Amino acid sequence: MIKFEKFTLINGLRVIVHKDVSTPIVAMNILYDVGARDEDPEKTGFAHLFEHLMFGGSENIPKYDVPLERAGGENNAFTSNDVTNYYLTLPKQNLETAFWLESDRMNQLAFSEKSLEVQRNVVSEEFRQTHLNQPYGDVWLLMRPLAYQVHPYSWPTIGKKIEHITDATMDDVKAFYKKNYNPNNAILVVAGDIELTDIKKLAEKWFGPIENQGEKNRQIPVEPIQTESRFLEVEGDVPVDAIYKCWHMCSRNDEAYHATDLLSDLLGNGKSSRLYYELITNRKLFSEIQAFIMGSMDKGLFVVSGKPANGVNLNEAEEAINVEIDKIRNLLIDEKELQKVKNKVESTLEFSEMNVLDKAMNLAFAELSGDAGNVNTEATKYQAVSSKRILETAAEVLRPENCSTLFYKAKNK
Amino acid sequence: MKKDIRKTQPRIRTIGEINLPEPEKYILDNGIPVYLIDAGTQELVRIELIFDAGSYYQSKALQAYLTNKCLSEGTESYSSKTIAETIDFYGAYLKSSNEKDTANISLYTLNKHLDKLLPVLHEVSLIPTFPEEEIRTIVRKQHQEYLVNMEKVSFIARQQFSSLLFGEGHPYGKIAMADDYGKVNSTVLRQFFKERYQSAQFTIIISGKVPGDIIERLNRYFGKHVVKKKSDLTSAPIPKPATDLNQFIKKDGTLQSALRLGKTMFNKLHPDYTKFKVLNTVLGGYFGSRLMTNIREDKGYTYGIGSGIASFKHAGMFFIASEVGTEVTKKAIDEVFIEIERLRTTLVPREELELVKNYMTGQFLRRADGPFALAELVRAILPYKLDMNYYKHYIRTIKNITAEEICNLAVNYLQPDSMIRLVVGEDVPVHQ
Repeated sequence: MIKFEKFTLINGLRVIVHKDVSTPIVAMNILYDVGARDEDPEKTGFAHLFEHLMFGGSENIPKYDVPLERAGGENNAFTSNDVTNYYLTLPKQNLETAFWLESDRMNQLAFSEKSLEVQRNVVSEEFRQTHLNQPYGDVWLLMRPLAYQVHPYSWPTIGKKIEHITDATMDDVKAFYKKNYNPNNAILVVAGDIELTDIKKLAEKWFGPIENQGEKNRQIPVEPIQTESRFLEVEGDVPVDAIYKCWHMCSRNDEAYHATDLLSDLLGNGKSSRLYYELITNRKLFSEIQAFIMGSMDKGLFVVSGKPANGVNLNEAEEAINVEIDKIRNLLIDEKELQKVKNKVESTLEFSEMNVLDKAMNLAFAELSGDAGNVNTEATKYQAVSSKRILETAAEVLRPENCSTLFYKAKNK
Repeated sequence: MKKDIRKTQPRIRTIGEINLPEPEKYILDNGIPVYLIDAGTQELVRIELIFDAGSYYQSKALQAYLTNKCLSEGTESYSSKTIAETIDFYGAYLKSSNEKDTANISLYTLNKHLDKLLPVLHEVSLIPTFPEEEIRTIVRKQHQEYLVNMEKVSFIARQQFSSLLFGEGHPYGKIAMADDYGKVNSTVLRQFFKERYQSAQFTIIISGKVPGDIIERLNRYFGKHVVKKKSDLTSAPIPKPATDLNQFIKKDGTLQSALRLGKTMFNKLHPDYTKFKVLNTVLGGYFGSRLMTNIREDKGYTYGIGSGIASFKHAGMFFIASEVGTEVTKKAIDEVFIEIERLRTTLVPREELELVKNYMTGQFLRRADGPFALAELVRAILPYKLDMNYYKHYIRTIKNITAEEICNLAVNYLQPDSMIRLVVGEDVPVHQ
């Protein structure tokens, strides 16, 4: 249970406050409702590049990190297909520095040419390090466009290709900032040993004067229902074959979300899950296998991925996965197995409320999904899922014609 | 509001004394020590068992790692499947980890399920059976993971680097090769288990909202068997670092080179250790460090670069690590040495030093935040027989260190010709 208070500034900034007296650390999380799905298909990777530029100086603060480190703080940020999220922690007595820093870069970024030039390089190196110079690093560069034909989830957060990063111009940067980095497009959460009245004053003082730029008009193309299975086979410089299967699933806010999440746990989360036990421990056909979901704001993907054991080819491997998929689509699971994954969710939620930063992030994402109060109703929603519901969800999601499959073959094998 | 309040940073207050709760210490009936940290807001605990069973003690490659990894593959009363199902059914996590000196096994659970899980923790840590078939499956799996890892320049560099620093014959320098996986079987693991776990002295750290009767419960499971104290090896062999400072490993088809530069160092017990940590932070220990500022934020050669000092029971190591574009590898190395030279010849400016001190004390506050974090602090000093006063001294040292001391440390310990430089990548960089 996370208790919180919420208020909204006149400019539209939503502020959520959670009090936890057990720690000397305060966390601030600021989520901007903009991600890779808001990008132009010809200028991908931009939301993430922009995240880097947010550290390149604002109107009154040449380097974001310096004053924060001077105040004993630390920060980071990440970009996803849906959001750009910035977070920091610092000793509670220096909280005002956090308000100063975050409000200054929301108010007016410096748009330094040098910063843009350097971060284009840094992000290009990040692209190489995480997506090109890693075994299987390009999987999502291949898989996403196979699964999504029109929706912008068809490219990963890093972008379709390095050229999109290196071609970014200052005009692009300014337009993106004006459109997305506004108080009415952001959620601010503060968590720690703090008082609501103080946070109200600080929020008014630092964020209150920032102008609302009006509602942004978000038009994201809807992915049509997939009616035929899709298949792609590639060869790569990897030592072991790998298989990836993706099915379209509901969005994060859909009422089927919790059942879908539990379904993925049943299939492939942990050593006692079906895929792991049957295909690794029992039949010894795989050396690695998992199932997970992408809980995205628009319709997401249900993923099964694995690496066959030495001597097992990808067709046999796929067949073995399909056997397990068929079972879960046709046979009701027993109560004990369902209880197991529910218990795991209960425990995971409890562990995710151990520190102020995790709680602040949970609150921000819940508010994005419609209501910060959702953090406290998640557990009940998971507990309410029945085995019949699991069966229906499996039958609906895991249809062969809803599936895209990638065979990632090892060269020279 | 007048616009100009944005011009200056709100007044900051430095952190004064940090109140660190002392862990409670108990001794089980058989002499096993228990450190108890009762803190936090959630009804859950972590119980960690720490054995002197790291790779330092193994006689064969992978022996320590796989013994630790396979503890939960079957015990006297439970099959591998039952263990996995019980852990998952109660929403718990059983994690094992293996380091150079120690091997750990930790249980994370909600308090309400503790009684169901203590018997499992007891069996996996004290009476595992290492069944042949399960072991074969795990070894195959690990072998495949190894093959995948060997495609990563950063993995190759990390692995080879300790071998270059300590020498192939040193317990800290030995590394596993692909064919070592074929040499591991149940017998090899049982033998190591017998030497380093069974009837060996170990330590328990429990943290979280700890139930009142926990010591009784721990006694029931971990306080009854006979513990034969094992005296540790008294002295470690002398490291034999590579004599050629410039090392290159060719990895075809790579777009970036992995860099590792560094040397063997003292460990936590050395009087200069904490001071050296301040020097390290200035150089490469935080986002605003000199290496990051120069090589990432000014030149854009890399996504990240950092430096660190690692402390082991019998030695330590200092390292700088990065992955950089193939074509700028040499330039990046040159810049590293420019930054080192600057530390050796010029005093760190007052403002930068103040910032680093504040950052490090704030960092320590985060490292001490919450029950699991406090448990980590306890764990980090156990091998050295230090107590929590170590951390009070740590904070005091950071507050009092001067720019002159930092410069002296750089002169004494960061001689460029004492440092091994390893590049793993497509092209050999041309060295100066």
